[in-house]
Amino acid sequence: MLKKDLVIVGGGPAGMAAAISANKFGVKDILLLERDQYLGGILNQCVHTGFGLDYFKEVLTGPEYAQRFISEIRRNPEIEISLRSFVVDLTQDKVITFLKPGLLQRVKAKALIMATGCREKTREMVHIAGTRPAGVFSAGLAQKLINIEGLLPGKKVVIVGSGDIGLIMARRFVLEGSEVKAVIEIQKTSRGLLRNMVQCIDDFRIPMFYRHKIAKIYGNKRVEKVSVVKVDDDLQTIPGSEFQIECDTVLVSVGLIPENELIEMAGVQIDKKTNCPVSEELNKTSIPGIFVCGNSFKVYDIVDVVSRDSEIAGELAAVYLNKR
Amino acid sequence: MQKLTCIECPKGCVLSVMIEAGKVVEVTGNLCPKGCTCAVSEIENPVRILTSVVATEGLSLKMVPVRTDRPIPKGAIFHVMQEIKKIKIKKPVHLRDIIVENCLGLGANLVATRESL
Repeated sequence: MLKKDLVIVGGGPAGMAAAISANKFGVKDILLLERDQYLGGILNQCVHTGFGLDYFKEVLTGPEYAQRFISEIRRNPEIEISLRSFVVDLTQDKVITFLKPGLLQRVKAKALIMATGCREKTREMVHIAGTRPAGVFSAGLAQKLINIEGLLPGKKVVIVGSGDIGLIMARRFVLEGSEVKAVIEIQKTSRGLLRNMVQCIDDFRIPMFYRHKIAKIYGNKRVEKVSVVKVDDDLQTIPGSEFQIECDTVLVSVGLIPENELIEMAGVQIDKKTNCPVSEELNKTSIPGIFVCGNSFKVYDIVDVVSRDSEIAGELAAVYLNKR
Repeated sequence: MQKLTCIECPKGCVLSVMIEAGKVVEVTGNLCPKGCTCAVSEIENPVRILTSVVATEGLSLKMVPVRTDRPIPKGAIFHVMQEIKKIKIKKPVHLRDIIVENCLGLGANLVATRESL
């Protein structure tokens, strides 16, 4: 079994910032595990600008923001990077089992930082009735299809939820020549940043429906239309308010769930409502020496803040290793 | 008096803008000087940085993300998108490599925002 002072799971913005910071605070034997074939995490598919204004005092795209950290890590011989490495098991005493092409590897860590990010909530979690045709995507998946794979998921799109990813994807579809017929938001106002409302929705005159929800999805093989209803302030359907929108695609952008199943497996206390670790202090968990940072600790709006907070995780791990 | 949301940073200040003869004469509601710049630009010549992706052939990435290296007029966005769709990158690119120089004569280059070998 391999032995490492510090293992970091996740090579997105949180894991990279934590690795660099831990090293700056004196940790010299670091292994960074990333399941994808590239470092950078979700930033690689966030090709729009809006990153880095706080951290780098510059307006950057996601890939540019990621590259700053990737370059620094690549230059650092004390941070070992293992790509295409998928962690499948974690124990209380910090033994990590991961799969790599052709290899099942175990590593014992003295300290551990989990930076595993979030997954998207799905259609099933917001209870949209109707059939189950092709053409229903989570917003982040659609983003990956367009920006990484070069595939356009649909031509006539209705977006459910007005969080930042939904707004960014509304613009992205319009730029690619699709028609975004509506963004449907059950709340009174957008959940996204105001600047995204301006640049993604207002700029392209995309119809926004607040206090509305999708009642039903229609279609056999492919989405054909949705029915939309107005809701009152208690989110109850207002009778007679139903109307239909023809579309071939429904994007679901209704929130993120922190991915913490690995630490749960190790016995870390998890808040069942939020799926975040139960914690009274930033980045700490109920097991000493297991730290969590970035979107798996709590859902952030801005990556610059993730980088800063994750640096604290690196420092905490260094302090913990020093005390042992 | 016109209300605008500043798009310079995630704070999203709500600006009150006084306009006379198409020109901004006073901006209030901004927390920093960028709010003024933003208001003038939004009223007198609205511009955006355009980001998208360009298809490749035989490279490590299927799509290379790109941006205009300076903001372009809002009205030119779809024209530049059409240009972007015509391109296929066949040679390795590095961060900030110019993909299209002076795109449509707008004074902005289209540059790669990620390396692809």
